[in-house]
Amino acid sequence: MKSMARQNRLTDALRYTACAVMVLVIAVPLYISVMGGFKSVGQLRAEPLSIPHPYYWNQYLDMLSGRVGGFWSELLSSLLVGAGTVAVVLVTGTFAGYALARLRFRLNRVLYSYFQLGLLFPLAVAILPLYVQLRTLHLLDTRIGVILPQAAFGLAMMIMLLRGFFRAIPLELEEAAAIDGYGPFGFLFRITLPLSTPILATVSVITLVASWNNFFTPLLVFNSQKKFTLPMGVMDFMGEHAADWNMILAFLTLAIIPAVVIYVLCQKYIVAGLAAGAIKG
Amino acid sequence: MSRASFLTLLVLIGPAFVLFTGLVIIPVFEAAVFSFYKWNGLGPMVNFRGLQNYLQFVQDVIVHKALLHNLLIAFVSLVIELPLAMGLALIVSNRRFPGAVFFRTFFFLPYMLSEVITGVLWQFIYHPQYGLVRDLWSVVAPSATAPALMGSASTVLGAILVVIVWKYFGLHMTIYIAGLQDIPQEQIEAATIDGASRGRIFRSVVLPGMRTAIQLSVFFSMIGSFQLFDIVWAMGKGDPVNAGETIVTYMYKIGLQRFTIGYGSTIAVCIFLICLAFSIVYQRILVKEID
Repeated sequence: MKSMARQNRLTDALRYTACAVMVLVIAVPLYISVMGGFKSVGQLRAEPLSIPHPYYWNQYLDMLSGRVGGFWSELLSSLLVGAGTVAVVLVTGTFAGYALARLRFRLNRVLYSYFQLGLLFPLAVAILPLYVQLRTLHLLDTRIGVILPQAAFGLAMMIMLLRGFFRAIPLELEEAAAIDGYGPFGFLFRITLPLSTPILATVSVITLVASWNNFFTPLLVFNSQKKFTLPMGVMDFMGEHAADWNMILAFLTLAIIPAVVIYVLCQKYIVAGLAAGAIKG
Repeated sequence: MSRASFLTLLVLIGPAFVLFTGLVIIPVFEAAVFSFYKWNGLGPMVNFRGLQNYLQFVQDVIVHKALLHNLLIAFVSLVIELPLAMGLALIVSNRRFPGAVFFRTFFFLPYMLSEVITGVLWQFIYHPQYGLVRDLWSVVAPSATAPALMGSASTVLGAILVVIVWKYFGLHMTIYIAGLQDIPQEQIEAATIDGASRGRIFRSVVLPGMRTAIQLSVFFSMIGSFQLFDIVWAMGKGDPVNAGETIVTYMYKIGLQRFTIGYGSTIAVCIFLICLAFSIVYQRILVKEID
């Protein structure tokens, strides 16, 4: 028994060591980014890991006051594109997922398989024709031109998640609703949606995060700087201030903060979405 | 289930159908059509080349290089990233392990950062004059100057691989934790009472129970390896001399920087065919194993 306890202590120590090493591996780059933003270039060169002394606030203040770079406009653009994508996915995905889950019609299975095809087609395959098509539709350099393709390519996965959830709603509820005189829309809006807040939140959060981090679509579509999203802004800023690493790090830190906030607030839904995908997949 | 009228269906499915068809299905088919032409994206598409673009693809030295890099990325994911994720999942899924929730949350954080931000941050870490690499190097070889990992053809891919593992292991760990939670606790307890060793329990109870989770994460990482773009673009765009090139960065350069839309589409179609072939073979193997 005693040796067992000792063995357990030993494995616990090993576990903590492994976890501590990984924490460091993740934390050190983030720490370098946050602190680097407070340093002068000279300080950066001399001591990358130390706490800055003195703190130089002007990098962060210049970004936040808009004197350097376009942090606020890029943040706004990221928000607008993200919110637009979430709205389009929620409306089209909920409607289609509901119809495919709860309504009987001849092409139901065929249509579901058709949407599932989307899981096979990565954005990369379609990006060149998409560019030509957006140009024809005069959607290049517009936010709609980013929102619609992002929504379209997220749709397959989201319809799968939503349909799965809607199918689990008991049939008796629908029968009771029919007796009360609700049609398919009444059942959708009065009963299904209020019961579905967890999955709607999951779909929204996953879509928002994907849009927030996406670089490929905005890179394809946006031309004018005032529409750039944060990832594009970072790339652009880096091109213009190649030597001012303290500025770049300050910008990176500011761009990381919203993602961390989203993560802390919505962690439950992100993990739930992944787990749902993992079990169904 | 009630029978639905055509109008109801039109309202419910119509928007998703139009969006999906117009921006996913049609472009994919167009890519297939473009891939047979020589076309710069402007004017009429008249220069039909038959299979010549495909011939060019097969013979293109940079394509070979890029695909090799993609394979290497897939291989590293398989032998380093996924075992790492599995090991950590086994540790932090144990509820009696104090701090488990904190570790779980923290390990997933890199996955939440955008690829571009991650890539630029690591460019700084690798910077020979400012970065962490310089300090680590000064411990190993105090007198020598630190190597420019991102600037040298022999190290750039390795440098990118480290970042890929850093960024994505948390995703796979989270998938494994979900899989572990599906294994009935009684099974593990029963095996423990029967005197099975930890290794034995892992092989005979845990691994089989996580089958779906493992299949999914392998699938994600293989397909993901062939579609990698953002991180590589943010870490030097595949340069120097294509040493960090992946197949999608090459497609982007051919298609939208040189405006050779025809040949770019050929590359796109081949990426799709590679992924499709992989998923068919993968599913075949899995189905066979279950039988």
